Amino acid sequence: MPSRASSGSHARRQSASDASRPLEIAANNGHNQAPLAAIPTMKLTFEDFPPGHFGRFGPRRVTREEILAFAAEFDPQPMHLDEEAASKSMLQGLSASGWHLCSIMMRMMVDGFVGRAASLGSPGVNELRWLAPLRPGDDLTLDIEVMEARVSRSRPETGIVTFKALVRNAAGQALCEMVSPIILARRAAIAAEQAG
Amino acid sequence: MRFFEDIEIGQRRELGSFTFTADGIKRFAAQFDPQRFHLDEEEGKKSLFGGLAASGWHVASVYMKVLVADRKHQTREALARGARIAIWGPSPGFRELRWIKPVLAGDTISFFSEVESLRSSEKRPGWGILQARNTGINERGELVFSFLATDFVPRRNGGA
Repeated sequence: MPSRASSGSHARRQSASDASRPLEIAANNGHNQAPLAAIPTMKLTFEDFPPGHFGRFGPRRVTREEILAFAAEFDPQPMHLDEEAASKSMLQGLSASGWHLCSIMMRMMVDGFVGRAASLGSPGVNELRWLAPLRPGDDLTLDIEVMEARVSRSRPETGIVTFKALVRNAAGQALCEMVSPIILARRAAIAAEQAG
Repeated sequence: MRFFEDIEIGQRRELGSFTFTADGIKRFAAQFDPQRFHLDEEEGKKSLFGGLAASGWHVASVYMKVLVADRKHQTREALARGARIAIWGPSPGFRELRWIKPVLAGDTISFFSEVESLRSSEKRPGWGILQARNTGINERGELVFSFLATDFVPRRNGGA
C-alpha cells in the first residue's frame, strides 16, 4: 500500500487559504471529480505537492474493445489481439499492450490532477515496471505518491516533483509502477504572471 | 526473433520510421493525454513546445508499432531461411525514458535499437536478460526520444 503519511499535512491544508483548496480535494482519495470541475480557474502549483500520498484516482474501466483497438494500431501482437493465441502465450490470456496501460495511466493523471496543474511537462520516466497483465474488464485505480519536491536551481520559478504512480486492478493487484518527474510552476510565478 | 546466444552488445538496428500528422497527434491526445498543447495548433505554438506536439506516450506507442512491424519482418525472413524462431518473453519494464525534444506535426521519426547489456537470468535459467537503448531521431537528425528497455530472451537450448 502507498504511504498514508500525508494525513498530517492534509489536516493543515484544510485550514489553509483558498489557494490550496484544489489539493485538499485532489487528495480526497478519488472523490474529486465533481469538486475539481467546479473550480475551473484554480491551478495546482509546485507548493501543492508536498512529499507523501497525494491522491487516489479512478476507477477506470478498461474494455475488451479498447484493448483490441489500441493493439491493432500500436502493438499488433497475438497476445493483445487474439483470445486463442493469447491463451497459449506466457501471459495466459488476452492482455492489453503495456504501452496502452501507460497511456491509460496518463489519462487518469490528466483527469486526476495534471489537467488542473500549472504543469510545464515531464522530461521523462526514471523507471517503469509492468508487474501483471491488464485484462479486459479490469477497473483501474491510480495512487500518486510524491517522493521528492525541489525547487529548480536553473529555473527557480519552477519546481521538480518526482512522483511514484501505482496502478492496481479491482482485486488490488499491482499492474504497473512508474517513477517520473514533472515540472510545475511555483505559486509566486503564477501570481506574478497574473498581476501582469 | 533471435536467441540470446545470437545477440551481441553494440548491435544496432534501424527499426523503421513514422510521420506524425496533426490529426494523429490530436486523436491520440483526445483519448489519452488531453492537454491543450497536444490538441490545438495555436495552443501548441504558445507553449514551450513551439507547435502542435505529440504526447510523449504517443511517441512511445509509435516506437512499439514500428518495433512490432520490424519483428514481424525479421520473423518472416527467418522462417523463409528455415531458421528457428525465438519467442521473447513479456518485457518487465524500462528505465531512463527521455522525451528530449518535442515531436511536432509533420515530423518523421526514425527509430533505432542498440543492445547495451546482456546477462543471464538467475531466476530463470533458460533465459537471458537484454537491455536495449531505443532511440528516435527526427528528419533534422536530432535525438528526440530515448529509453533503456529490458527484455527476456530465450536461450537456444533452453539453458541446458
